[in-house]
Amino acid sequence: MTRRPSFSPALSARVQRPAFFSIASVVIVACLFVDSAVAQGGGELRFCLHSEPKTFNPLLVEDDASESIRYLTGGVLVRMNRQTQGLEPELAQSWEVSKDSRQIAFKLRTGIAFSDGTPFSAEDVAYTVQQLMDPALHSPTGDAFRSGPGNVETKIISPSQISITFPAAVAGLDRLFDQVAIVSAHSPKKEMAVLGPFVMADYKAGSSVLLKRNPNYWKSDAQGRKLPYLDSIALEIQPTRDVEMLRFKRGEIDLINALDSEYYDKLAATSPQQVHDAGPSLDGEEVWFNEVAKAPIQAYKRAWFRSANFRKGISQAINREDLSRVVFHGHAQPAVGAVSPANKFWFNAKLKPEVYSPDTALKTLQADGFHMDNGVLKDRDGSAVVFSIITNSGNKYREQMAVMIQDDLQKIGVHVNLVTLDFPSLIARMTQTFDYEAILLGVTNVDLDPNGEMNLWLSSSENHQWNPQQKTPETPWEAEIDKLMRAQASSADAAKRKEAFDRVQEIVYEQAPFIFLINKNALSAVSTVVHGASPVILHPQTFWNAEQLTVVRK
Amino acid sequence: MLGWRIVRHGLAIVAIVLLGGLLSAVLVRLAPGFDVDEEQLDPHLNAASVQALRATRLQERNVFAFYFHSLQRAVHGDLGTSLSLRQPVTTLLRERAPLTLKLVGIGLLFSWAVAMAMALSAAWLRVSAYDALTTFVSGTFLCIPAAVLALLSVLWNVPGSLAIGLIVFPRVYRYARNLLAKAYSLPHIITARAKGLGELRILFWHVVPVVGAQLLAVAGVSVSIAVGAAIPVEALCGLPGVGQLAWQAALARDLPLLMNITILVTLVTLLANSGADVIGRMLGGQEA
Amino acid sequence: MTAWRKLACLLLLLVVGVSLAANWLAPAGYARQYREAAGAPPSQAHWLGTDEIGRDRFARVLYGTRISLLLAPAAALLSTLMAALAGGLAGYVGGLWARLAMAVTDLFLSLPWLFLLITVRAVMPLNVSPMASVLVTFSMLGLLGWTSAARVLCSRARTLRDADFVTQARASGIRGMRLFWIHVMPNLKPVLYAQFLISIPVFILSEANLGILGLGVAEPMPSWGSLLKELEGLTSISEEPWKFVPLILLVVVVTLFQFVLSRQEEVAA
Repeated sequence: MTRRPSFSPALSARVQRPAFFSIASVVIVACLFVDSAVAQGGGELRFCLHSEPKTFNPLLVEDDASESIRYLTGGVLVRMNRQTQGLEPELAQSWEVSKDSRQIAFKLRTGIAFSDGTPFSAEDVAYTVQQLMDPALHSPTGDAFRSGPGNVETKIISPSQISITFPAAVAGLDRLFDQVAIVSAHSPKKEMAVLGPFVMADYKAGSSVLLKRNPNYWKSDAQGRKLPYLDSIALEIQPTRDVEMLRFKRGEIDLINALDSEYYDKLAATSPQQVHDAGPSLDGEEVWFNEVAKAPIQAYKRAWFRSANFRKGISQAINREDLSRVVFHGHAQPAVGAVSPANKFWFNAKLKPEVYSPDTALKTLQADGFHMDNGVLKDRDGSAVVFSIITNSGNKYREQMAVMIQDDLQKIGVHVNLVTLDFPSLIARMTQTFDYEAILLGVTNVDLDPNGEMNLWLSSSENHQWNPQQKTPETPWEAEIDKLMRAQASSADAAKRKEAFDRVQEIVYEQAPFIFLINKNALSAVSTVVHGASPVILHPQTFWNAEQLTVVRK
Repeated sequence: MLGWRIVRHGLAIVAIVLLGGLLSAVLVRLAPGFDVDEEQLDPHLNAASVQALRATRLQERNVFAFYFHSLQRAVHGDLGTSLSLRQPVTTLLRERAPLTLKLVGIGLLFSWAVAMAMALSAAWLRVSAYDALTTFVSGTFLCIPAAVLALLSVLWNVPGSLAIGLIVFPRVYRYARNLLAKAYSLPHIITARAKGLGELRILFWHVVPVVGAQLLAVAGVSVSIAVGAAIPVEALCGLPGVGQLAWQAALARDLPLLMNITILVTLVTLLANSGADVIGRMLGGQEA
Repeated sequence: MTAWRKLACLLLLLVVGVSLAANWLAPAGYARQYREAAGAPPSQAHWLGTDEIGRDRFARVLYGTRISLLLAPAAALLSTLMAALAGGLAGYVGGLWARLAMAVTDLFLSLPWLFLLITVRAVMPLNVSPMASVLVTFSMLGLLGWTSAARVLCSRARTLRDADFVTQARASGIRGMRLFWIHVMPNLKPVLYAQFLISIPVFILSEANLGILGLGVAEPMPSWGSLLKELEGLTSISEEPWKFVPLILLVVVVTLFQFVLSRQEEVAA
């Protein structure tokens, strides 16, 4: 419903009223115009994508840039409110998940159309799910639903009711639909016909993407004004952070997600109202050792890496406070484990970050026969502890952390060789040749639910990074993790799932297959021309409520 | 005679371009990280999806078969599809080549104008302090990293072609200065000056015939230097040219794209150098 | 030797001497991290400030000078010699050999050598000593950096081959390689010197860029290239001018090289 100025016949009859009231009427009417101008002419929002979007098909999204476009254009059945982390109805008015977490039934809103006018119905939901779950598509979003073999069944009860049944229980089933943008079964524009607040208007490869307001967007605000307020969103493809920052300072772009801590401080000094520190994000940095049996590393080194005491000792010798303070300028916190404290429900609050103590580290290492010899740490056979850490080049924070870790470990007599590699070479060593000793990498979590990391924790998985694709778990603690992860995945009881995953976190803490270093803070910059922004820790951080943002430029 | 030279050069260019394409494909194929994709690190992907991701590169494993099939398609105007950008290579190159051509072209013009102005003025003036100054200026720009020049061009809002020009001109200056110094020290030039001939006449009648061929060789080489300089400039300035494409393709080990870009670069290099060769021979010239 | 050239030689020797005496002159080790003073501007304790993780920049400049000043000219010499052999000899011999050599040169100019360097890194052990890594890096640069000059040298040698003085020498009975080394090669020196002088800073900068492939000088050892990489940030170039000192030093050293070699360039001319 749109508000428009009204010319009441009563007003025109009262021509003898004092001028004051006429002027007041004019002002009131003008405000109404301004009000609706804000609603309909919300301006153009401008920000950067850090890489070329690889796809505009919402079912095949796996990179950040494509995900941002999916978020802005895709209509979903349920939406996780990025601020409250609660689930809210979107295209679905309501939903119900069965007790065994295998079935979900949606009641859909009616009278909704895609951006090209094609009506939306349960058929579109069924079509989307079938496409998503097609094994030939290999959709990462679809894989998140794949908890067991078998086909997914969709049952259209009515044009506004649908039930979807999965072959096995899917933990956190309803939340997963936050990532499923519904595509039209009938539109000639296929996946380019969207249900989200914006629609793709132009794409210049390597340069920019332009999104315009979806004229058929179904949502209105509490006052009945059509959403989104913005007229358009201009996305510039800009991989260089320095240039992005410069353009922000010049006013050429309005938002920066994942702001560098160095730039945060510089901007905070001059324009503190433009920067936001939302606290610890879900992202972290970690080191892990190569425990793969067939890795081409010396046997005595493999023995070190497979020793929990060795890993714990190394962990205790790393000064995480310094990493947070020096590398991230205080905009990071020592990490405890795989789960960031920002993940309030799933974080195991009983665990505390490893305290930096070279003495404790040496004691832990001594339990395995390591000893100091003229300032050099040696194992029980007299071999000096020397190993390499590889990390990807081009990430200055990671390179700085690596040098600081090298310095920390030097203090306990461990010599570390640092090698920075281009990313494909690093991945090849990590996943194909296993020709590495230790790796320093970061983790970007987009899911709150640990089920999204199933393939990280299961010992048989390709992504079980320190020792992937084990035919059977090679250690009792990995077998226990496997059991606990499967148990939580098949349970619908949140408390039971939490208990199981808490225990997983405890095991990981004890065994230290990953040496978790820090959790970065979610830093962002928002220009003062943007109204309504409220940056959060979850992607997409600054524009999670894009449909309610406005831009007013002087 | 000249016509035969041109035909010979043309055939040689085609052969070298084809060889260049094959060699670049071999280099990319043998380098580690060839058939990996960072997407496979996504923990959402199950084993089958990871395998499927790996399988997309299967057809490139045999680089010779891949190259042969690429050539077959290329004859019909199909240069294949970029694996990283998922778009036809033809479209990508067609969209981006004009920008790079413009950047490199203007950059080269600027670099040669500045380099020759400095080198010629140094040769004419014959003042050691001025020679030292021009040497110092060109040396300074030689020492500034290309990335810094690119970022400065963004900071000061100047065109990327200027950054390319500033990267190329010190190299051109150094060769030009030495060649011109050598030419101007020849006895017949000294005689010409002594007899009162004007500098422009000396330059065009007595110097160019001596060093023209070598300066043309420098010109040919400067084209490939400028093309190389376009990569960091475009990548850092966010200019959607072939240089930026080459950088993205290298990071992603995108074989179809890399191979075609190499063929394009080889063609440009060969045309520039062969053109310089042919014109150089036409100029003739020899040293006394 | 003119006074300017003497001064240039002395200054160059001074720079070399200071870098070799870094152990005594540097206020701290190049790897020592003053974490409480990370990213600090210049002060009495740290004359050029500290880098992002608190290492004294002045100490790193001193130590970094050793690597870059010794190895970059060596690599430049290697590339110059290869250019002389490939380009000069091809131009002198002429005919089919010259065309073949130039075809190979053009191919060399166009190929993506990045992938060869990635392969070299893959073949090297991860725990290779920093000096070995540096030597491999500069050797690769020397072996790959000859192509630009080769083309110019070929053109020049071709011109010289038919010069009067060469014809006269040939008529006197001097032929083959003797004719090349004694009469043609000295006249290639203007281009050779240009190649050498260009290569020094180019290789220093390239060494740092090769760090992204895992080659180059490994941390925590400094080099001019790695110090110059600090400039690759808009904050650095606009707000932290002290970071330009390694660049100024490189410019000064390159200029000194040019002054020292300018006598040879004049003789060659």
